[in-house]
Amino acid sequence: MIMSAKNISGVPLMEGALMEGQWPEWFVTSRQRGWEEFQKLPAPGAKDEKWRFSNVAALALEGFSYPGPVTNAEEVIARSTGLGEPAARFVFGNNRLLSASAPAAELVKSGLVVMTLEEAAAQHADLVQKHFMAHEAKLGSAKYAALHRSGPVNGVFIRVPRDLVVEKPIEIFHWVEGEKSAVFPHTLVVCERHSKATVVDCFRSADDAPALACGVNDLVVEDGARLSYVGVQQWSLGTIALHLNSTTVGRDATCLGMQVNLGGRFVRNENYSRMVAEGARSDMLSVNIAGGEQMIDQRTFQDHAKPSATSDLLYQNALTGKGRTIFSGVIRVEPGAHKTDAYQKVRNVVLSDDAEANSMPGLEIEADDVRCTHGATTAQIDDRELFYLQARGISAADAQQLLVMGFFNTVLDRLSDADLRGHIESLVEKRLIGALA
Amino acid sequence: MSEAQTQLEIDREKGNFRYDVDYEFDAGTGLTEKTIDYICDVKGEPDWIREFRKEALKKFEAKPMPTHWASVDLENIVFDNIRYYLSQGQKPKRTWEEVPDEVKKTFERLGIPEQERKFLAGVEAQFDSEAAYSNIKEAVGKQGVIFVGSTEGLKEHPEIFRKWFGKVIPTGDNKFSALNSAVFSGGSFIYVPPGVKVSHPLQAYFRINAENFGQFERTLIIADEGSEVTYMEGCTAPKFDTATLHSAVVELVALKGAKIQYITVQNWSNNVFNLVTKRGLAMEDAEVKWIDCNIGSRLTMKYPGVVMKGRRARGEVISIALAGDGQHQDTGAKMIHAADETTSNIVSKSISIGTGRATYRGLVNVPRHLKGCKNNTECDALLINTNSRTDTYPAITVRGTGNACQHEASVSQVSEEQIFFMQQRGLTEAQAMSLSVNGFVNDLVREFPMEYSVELKRLIDLEMEGSVG
Repeated sequence: MIMSAKNISGVPLMEGALMEGQWPEWFVTSRQRGWEEFQKLPAPGAKDEKWRFSNVAALALEGFSYPGPVTNAEEVIARSTGLGEPAARFVFGNNRLLSASAPAAELVKSGLVVMTLEEAAAQHADLVQKHFMAHEAKLGSAKYAALHRSGPVNGVFIRVPRDLVVEKPIEIFHWVEGEKSAVFPHTLVVCERHSKATVVDCFRSADDAPALACGVNDLVVEDGARLSYVGVQQWSLGTIALHLNSTTVGRDATCLGMQVNLGGRFVRNENYSRMVAEGARSDMLSVNIAGGEQMIDQRTFQDHAKPSATSDLLYQNALTGKGRTIFSGVIRVEPGAHKTDAYQKVRNVVLSDDAEANSMPGLEIEADDVRCTHGATTAQIDDRELFYLQARGISAADAQQLLVMGFFNTVLDRLSDADLRGHIESLVEKRLIGALA
Repeated sequence: MSEAQTQLEIDREKGNFRYDVDYEFDAGTGLTEKTIDYICDVKGEPDWIREFRKEALKKFEAKPMPTHWASVDLENIVFDNIRYYLSQGQKPKRTWEEVPDEVKKTFERLGIPEQERKFLAGVEAQFDSEAAYSNIKEAVGKQGVIFVGSTEGLKEHPEIFRKWFGKVIPTGDNKFSALNSAVFSGGSFIYVPPGVKVSHPLQAYFRINAENFGQFERTLIIADEGSEVTYMEGCTAPKFDTATLHSAVVELVALKGAKIQYITVQNWSNNVFNLVTKRGLAMEDAEVKWIDCNIGSRLTMKYPGVVMKGRRARGEVISIALAGDGQHQDTGAKMIHAADETTSNIVSKSISIGTGRATYRGLVNVPRHLKGCKNNTECDALLINTNSRTDTYPAITVRGTGNACQHEASVSQVSEEQIFFMQQRGLTEAQAMSLSVNGFVNDLVREFPMEYSVELKRLIDLEMEGSVG
């Protein structure tokens, strides 16, 4: 299926919405190339191994278009509540910046950069050009990476300078509004040597309309740096949400990446983590609730190219209604990447008879001195645990909810920031109550 | 390391010899409808089989190579260069005296008649396309057990044969099951009457003797209600410079309460493409257990499966794979739960040596609205050298509540501490390595009948000097 420019944009390429903003020439060229690639690459087929178990027929992109501005920016900004006091907060709606609260003056003086990608493309051209979608999308969505590249990409560029510790999280909201609107959120984070930061992306719908979100993150964690990234996806339940995440971790650096999927109808996450030097560590975490007609399809890759690096993946899914989850992960240890310590685990709790959990944990090991394990479990709530709680006067519904939240705690506990943890937990709990109702 | 490989070769040498044989029947190279007509004519087969074969040929030609997920090495198979049927005759002999000398010598050298005397209830020995010898102990035959070749089975017992033939593995299941269905010859047909428990194993031995040959045996085992049977197969071939193809289809049917145990020790020479489809059907309270050991071949692709169709049916796959230099053992299991309270268990252990690659590929499926289904999967891989490779690709689908599946896999190497500990106590490094590797697979080797486990231990007893670290 090759779509014409009109199918996705409603307007010919490089006119209208796409010309908004001041982008450097390399970016405009890359955008053009992205569009050509998107049209050229075939859509995934039912027999495509990288889309196994996925419902590719439901990935129809016809009729989506680049939307105009949100109708009531003030209201959307007012609804962008999350963390109490973030280090910075940016709010985007329908691919446009709605509000920006810059970081405190002293952080800016120390060299912290938090600005829109568009500003950064001019002011930090070398860094943006170096890291913006620098890695090929290898897990099946090359076509949609090209679509992202071609669209009105918007989002935040963060550069944490050497040795700077940013205690509070940086919070970014991306909103979508209107029937068949297409949004292209992008977050680019560069944590320089020995710096530390936390970044939270919140993806939300202003209404119940079905939308298309095609987002990409580039996370670069240089030697000795520590980055925590949380993406909380709460698009409307009719939305097609494609999110590609690329993480690069340097020597003795740590990246903790967590994907929380609560919304969307067709959700596809591709998380690629590369450990490029000794001592690198990547924690890949995910909490997902698939209820109603939702499908959450996640593909992960733990790329160990260098020795003595660690990766630890834990994905947990709760399924209700006709919810479907697909997990397909690979731990890849290149020849010579000895002393690799890699772990991969997916756990599914199935709460209804029509739900379906698919797990494909994979290993590809070409070095012998390694410790690599993976596991996949699928089960339901233990009747005895449910009985125990009910015997103490807790209703069956509350008990079920408590037990599922307990199940998710294993993942949420990995967030060391208590406020952030509490915030994420409350969002998960709210969606769980809705999904179980 | 080189030492280790030499030692392995010595063990593999067991099957690496060949006596010249004059073939009376030869379908020539390449595969067309004419090849099928030739096979049907010499075998004197009924028309429905001729039709079945020709239909299968169309399916084989229509299906693409599964290289979108499988090894691209498959593309090195040149189907036009293969000889699809070679035999000295279609009727197996009932005594070893009647078997032609050169063929008899082959099996004697492989120790088959000796094993038969010692512990087997029946033996079938296949030489290229047809069985040269087939016999069952009198006492077992008197119980009503049928143990013949597939050719005899379809001719003499059509009422049972036709009912189940191609029902567990449909022709179009995959490209190689279609190929087998087009040109199958040899293999066993076994029927065990209700309640009969065959106390000793029945054995088939598959021997490829000719170069550029393709062996396509077809085995069908039916265990009637409450019966029990153990079947063992072994295979060897001399080493040729050109590729040899072995593509079998094995169908098992365990009716209510029956138990089938199917044991394979695959030791093909490392020019053989071993692409085998094996599946069992387990009805109510029945059990199908595959015990699969892959040591030889260039590329093995084999995922024994069990379809648990009746309540409380049970499926099990115990798998050991040893991938030496240049070998790829792509093995695994398929467990299809199709009734309530069905349970399945997969235990797979692989060892990769030198540039060997061991792959586990599994499928577990629990469909909607079933209750009380359980699956357990464990895969452990041991890597001996720095350039060894292992992969694990399971796929687990569970629908609905009330079922439990768990999968676990680990990859490790022989612990240096263990080796050091044993060396401290006076073992050489090679002995220590060998002990350690044997320890890794020990709990699975014990699942094999005694005679086989001794043989297996010897095969795995590697002399691995200098391969630590």
